[in-house]
Amino acid sequence: MPDLLAARSQMAMSLGFHIIFAVVGIGLPALMVIAEWRWIRTGEAVYLELAKRWSKGAAILFAVGAVSGTVLSFELGLLWPNFMRFAGPIIGMPFSLEGFAFFTEAIFLGLYLYGWDRVSRGAHLFAGIVVALSGVLSGIFVVIANAWMNTPAGFRLVDGNVVDVRPFAAMANAAAFSQTLHMTLAAYAATGLTVAGIHAFSILRGNRSPFQRLALGVALSVGAPAAILQPLSGDLSARMVAENQPVKLAALESHFETQRGAPLHIGGWPDVDARETRWAIKIPRGLSLLAFHDPNAEVKGLEAFPPDEWPNVAIVHIAFQIMVALGTIMALVSVWALWHWWRGKSIDAVADHRQLLRALALAAPMGFVAIEAGWTLTEVGRQPWIVYGVLRTAEAVTPMPGLVVPFVLFTLLYALLGVIVVYLLRQQIVRAPSE
Amino acid sequence: MSLTLAEVAAWVIVVALNAYVLFGGADFGGGVWDLLASGPRRHRQQELVANAIGPIWEANHVWLIVVVVMLFVCFPPAFAAFGTVLHIPLSLMLIGIVLRGSAFVFRSYSYGPRTEQRRWGQIFAVSSLITPAVLGMCVGAVVSGNVGRAMSALTDGTSPSFSAIYVRPWLSPFAIAVGGMSVALLSFLAATYLTIEAEGESDLQDDFRNRALGAAVAAMALAIVALALGAGSGGVMTRLIQPGWATLVLAGSGIAALTSAAALLQRRFQLARLAAAGWVTLVLWGWILAQFPLIVPPNLTIDAAAAPNRTLQETMAVLVGGAIVLIPSLGYLLRVFKARSSTADTNPAKFSGES
Repeated sequence: MPDLLAARSQMAMSLGFHIIFAVVGIGLPALMVIAEWRWIRTGEAVYLELAKRWSKGAAILFAVGAVSGTVLSFELGLLWPNFMRFAGPIIGMPFSLEGFAFFTEAIFLGLYLYGWDRVSRGAHLFAGIVVALSGVLSGIFVVIANAWMNTPAGFRLVDGNVVDVRPFAAMANAAAFSQTLHMTLAAYAATGLTVAGIHAFSILRGNRSPFQRLALGVALSVGAPAAILQPLSGDLSARMVAENQPVKLAALESHFETQRGAPLHIGGWPDVDARETRWAIKIPRGLSLLAFHDPNAEVKGLEAFPPDEWPNVAIVHIAFQIMVALGTIMALVSVWALWHWWRGKSIDAVADHRQLLRALALAAPMGFVAIEAGWTLTEVGRQPWIVYGVLRTAEAVTPMPGLVVPFVLFTLLYALLGVIVVYLLRQQIVRAPSE
Repeated sequence: MSLTLAEVAAWVIVVALNAYVLFGGADFGGGVWDLLASGPRRHRQQELVANAIGPIWEANHVWLIVVVVMLFVCFPPAFAAFGTVLHIPLSLMLIGIVLRGSAFVFRSYSYGPRTEQRRWGQIFAVSSLITPAVLGMCVGAVVSGNVGRAMSALTDGTSPSFSAIYVRPWLSPFAIAVGGMSVALLSFLAATYLTIEAEGESDLQDDFRNRALGAAVAAMALAIVALALGAGSGGVMTRLIQPGWATLVLAGSGIAALTSAAALLQRRFQLARLAAAGWVTLVLWGWILAQFPLIVPPNLTIDAAAAPNRTLQETMAVLVGGAIVLIPSLGYLLRVFKARSSTADTNPAKFSGES
């Protein structure tokens, strides 16, 4: 395995692992805070039980997220020292801010998890709210740094040297808003619908206790609105990519030829040698309409760029199709669920509808698969650049040989952790009351 | 002495590193005592460690993130040098950090059989030992100038061997001595803190008092070994034995060491804790003062490695803003859990009202 590929694989694996925990770290605190708030408002003990259950899951997942995030912050230097030498002063600001947000999160999570009997109800709920907010902020800051890699800003290059560094201007880069919005909604949609799906599954299996129904309600109230809003945010992201990273747009659409009124490819397989997309459903003018909101707009194809600046078209295109397909299904299921909830004026209208419960249970893993696909397309779609148009990934990698060894080691470590986390969470879920 | 902005940033990093050592370091030391728990109160010792660490280890751990982030924002060439030459030990340290943190929560939240919890406990304890040892070796590699020299060798076109760049810099006798001293010092710190956590259980308190004294002797011995191995090199370590600030601080650390040992002998545990923290802090600052103004000895200075001024200014501004939020929050966390924490059980798996 070439060293560059090993380094990229290790980074991709570390990010792909961490992102699951980061996403739960954003979504789950929202669920537990809503449950605790409902308990304080209604006095129903079931809500307290829910908040405590979820907080235990959060404790396990947050710890793994914290340590895997630490690994990433070091890996920036271990694998990409030349990237950090170049980018550190420009894009360190969101990382510093993330450090503070993460610190706040860790402090108040300690208070939340261990403070049930030590602080007042109000202080406890407040700690939960701080955890939820600082979790969102952490995610936003990290994604801003990634957005900068896609649309670098806040510096000038003079003879290969970085001058005129403006860290806050670097944060306000073109991709920052659409990418952070998309990721934040994704975190709520994925966590909310996964938890809703788990409880829908329990109800389908005959456990019709209030615990399951209320859990379903709280989870849906977070996941469903986010899933419904996500396609709108996706449109915003697509237009940002069309404007700033035309070669990425061309790759994710598997669009080879520059043309006006470009068609939208749904599915299909990019035949890079023949420069055409096989077996796709083509919607006339669809791409021009979606990317530029104008059916006759010109969309640049991959051919407009030198092939050594193309990303891997097949990976990017397929990942994009998976993300969009799953996101669409999640939005539709969410509309369906909210419609029944609203019409029935009670979560029972959802909990008694077996078809809907089946759909929710099936949708449970979709958010996380969509997130992995989305990250694959945004990261692979930026290649061969680590900083788009400025620094190539191959120039950024460490000179150390034998990088396949740490890649294999960390992969094994994370595989082991993944298995253990699933096992422990199963224990937690199986122990849910009234079963 | 007028400081440049870069030097201010460097001092801030040292303060954060100091906090990491005093808080996060003690959590690793606690893990070492879990590993070495013995005698009739073996389980009580492990419980005490778990309860002391539980609510705060994640917050304590974040100091390390602050150090790393500040380093790559403010001194990117130094971060690149550490990441390149110290790839292997830093990767080992990361594996230790991952295993320590996850095994600790896995143990706390496992409903499985006792043997399963014991296995998590063992992983937690062993990784608590490895992580500070490797981190200490990395510090030793930097202090000795090996990291800086390896970095120069990489770029001067002499095509050095793999081990000359990526192994020997941190596998020197001096670096190993520093690694050992780190483990002993952090174990000492943890045991001293634990004497206070054990307030009200005098047997248990004595267990940790004796452990603290043993660790203090080991730390002193290893410190002398490290000094002897390093001082002749003519580099940073030599400045610890020549007249100057660093030597003064080193002498201060010796006084703090003796004070803490004497206080432990007399069972004056509050004083012992204070002197222990002072000892560890002064060792750290002695190193930093001896190394100043270098960031990667023997050649790279703080000013030469610094990011552009605008980055430093804005980072400092964010730091002040962050500190305004963080310091009261951290104080609150410690007040809730560390003011008389020994009697109350903080094990999250035993919530009241559990079904």
